[in-house]
Amino acid sequence: MTEGIDWIARSGARAKGRRPAFFDEPALDRLYSLTLAVAAELSATRERLDTVERLLESAGTLRRDDIENYAPDRAAGEERGESTRAYIARVMRGFQQEVEAMENPDPPIMDWVEKLSTP
Amino acid sequence: MKNDLPPPYTALTRHPMMPRTSHDEAARFNFLTHFNRYLSGTLGAGNRLAYETRVLPAFRAEHGRDPEHRYEIRDAMNRDPFHRMWSALKRNSMEMRQMNGRQTVLRQLDALDAQACQFNEHSGQLELDDSITQPVYQTCVDIHCQPGGYHSHERPGDVTAGANYDVGLFATVGGALGALNDGGGQALVAWARANRPDWRPRRILDIGCTVGHNAVPLAQGFPEAEVIAIDTAGASLRYAAARAAGLGVKNIRFVQANAEDLSRFPDDHFDWVQTTMFLHELSAAAMPKILREAHRVLKPGGLILHVEQPQYGPDMPLFEQFMRDWDAFNNNEPFWSAMHGVELEDVMAEAGFSHAEQFVVGVRAVVDPTIFPPSPEGEAEDYGRAAVWNAYGAWKAAPAQATGQEIAA
Repeated sequence: MTEGIDWIARSGARAKGRRPAFFDEPALDRLYSLTLAVAAELSATRERLDTVERLLESAGTLRRDDIENYAPDRAAGEERGESTRAYIARVMRGFQQEVEAMENPDPPIMDWVEKLSTP
Repeated sequence: MKNDLPPPYTALTRHPMMPRTSHDEAARFNFLTHFNRYLSGTLGAGNRLAYETRVLPAFRAEHGRDPEHRYEIRDAMNRDPFHRMWSALKRNSMEMRQMNGRQTVLRQLDALDAQACQFNEHSGQLELDDSITQPVYQTCVDIHCQPGGYHSHERPGDVTAGANYDVGLFATVGGALGALNDGGGQALVAWARANRPDWRPRRILDIGCTVGHNAVPLAQGFPEAEVIAIDTAGASLRYAAARAAGLGVKNIRFVQANAEDLSRFPDDHFDWVQTTMFLHELSAAAMPKILREAHRVLKPGGLILHVEQPQYGPDMPLFEQFMRDWDAFNNNEPFWSAMHGVELEDVMAEAGFSHAEQFVVGVRAVVDPTIFPPSPEGEAEDYGRAAVWNAYGAWKAAPAQATGQEIAA
C-alpha cells in the first residue's frame, strides 16, 4: 500500500467547484449519494459471487488471486453484462416506471372509482 | 459483444502504466458503465417527456411564448422533479467514477510513481517546465469533477491525475473509446488517410493532450513524424510520457507549455496542429489566442483540426442544446456552454483561417467493433460523452494546393 499518504481518506477528496443542490432538502441529496453507492457495491459483490462460482465450477477449488485476476471470456462477459443490466433494471424500476407513466399518463384512480360507481 | 451491451472493464488493454484494478474495482466500473447507459437511454427519455408534457406547457402558460434560449429551458427544467432526480443520479455517477479511480490509483501510487519515474528518466520523452503557471480556466474548478483537476498532485512528482483519468475514462464513455481509450486519435489517422492518402506530415502538434490518448495514435499512424504533445498540466504529462514509453511509442514528446504562447516554436513549423475535446476547457479570452498561435505555427498547406462535440448553431433545437449543456453546470465544464454557442468558423476566421479554407466533418471513434460496441446515438445518446464528434478544420492555404471536398470518416 502507498506510503506517506492516507489513500483511503484522499480517495474521497471532493472536486473544487460548488456542487449543485438538486433537491430543496439537502438530506435528499445525501440520500441519493448513499443509495447509489450501496447499489454499486451490491452490484460489485454480485459480480464477485459470479466469479467465484465460475472459478469453482471450472477448477473445483479457489485461490483469492484467481478472483482478482479473473477476466471473463466473450460469452461470460456477455452473461455478466446482461445480469448487471437486469440488476439495474430491478433497482431502478421506480424511475423507469415514472418515465413510462409520463409517456402514457393515466387519469387519477378516483376518476375510475367514480365512473364505475355510477350505475 | 452484443450491440446493446458495453464490454467488461477487463477488455481494456493493460499497458504498463495502466493502474491494476482489483476484481471489485473493475466490477464498480462495470456497474457505472451500465448505469451511465441506463441513465442516458432508458431514463434519459424522461427528460424530453417531462419537458414536452409539463415543463413547456407551464412555461407557455406563464410567459405566453416558447423559450428563446437554452438557459430558459434549464431554469424551468431545474424545477422539474424528474429532471432533478435524473441530474442527481448522473452527478453521483460521475463522483463515484472519480472515487473508484482514485482508490484504485492511490493504493498503488508507490508502484505507479516508480514505474513512471523509470520510463521518464530513460525515454527522454518528457519535458517539464516549472515556469508554466496554471491558467485560471484550469484551476477555477476541477474539470470533470476530477478532484485536483488535471494539474494537481497528491505528492510532488506523482502521476495521480493522469492515472485516474486513464483508469476511469472507460466508465465515463461507456467503453466507446476502445481498448486503449484511443478511438478518437485512431479516428483522426483514419480520416487523414482517407482524405489525403499520400500526405506524410513530418511535425505534428497536439495541444491540450492530457494523457496523450489522442496524440499517441497520431505518432503510431505516422511513424516517420515527430509528434509534440503539450499541456499546461505537468501532473498529467508525467503519466502521459510514461504511458507512451510503456506502449513503445518513441516518436512523441510531451512538453509542458501553454498554447496561448507558442513562441518556443517558429512560424510555419508544423504540418498538423490538433486539438481533441479541448477547446471547451478554455475561456473566451484564451481560445482566440490559442487559435492565432496555432495558425502562426502551422505551415502553409498544413492541417488544423479541432475535434469537439457538435456546436449548437441555430438549427439545433433548444431542448437538445439544453441537454448538451448539462455538463457545463453539473460536471464542472464552465466554458462548455459559451464555447458550443459561438460560431467556431468565425472564431477560426479571426485567427487567420479564411472561411474558404475551413471545413467541418463528422468523426467517430475507431475501435474494434467486435469487442467495443458503438456509442448509442439519437435519443439514447449520452450528450457530451458520445464517441461521435465534429471536426472543425482547415487546410492552411498554400499557393500550390487547392482545398478539396472532405469526406466523413
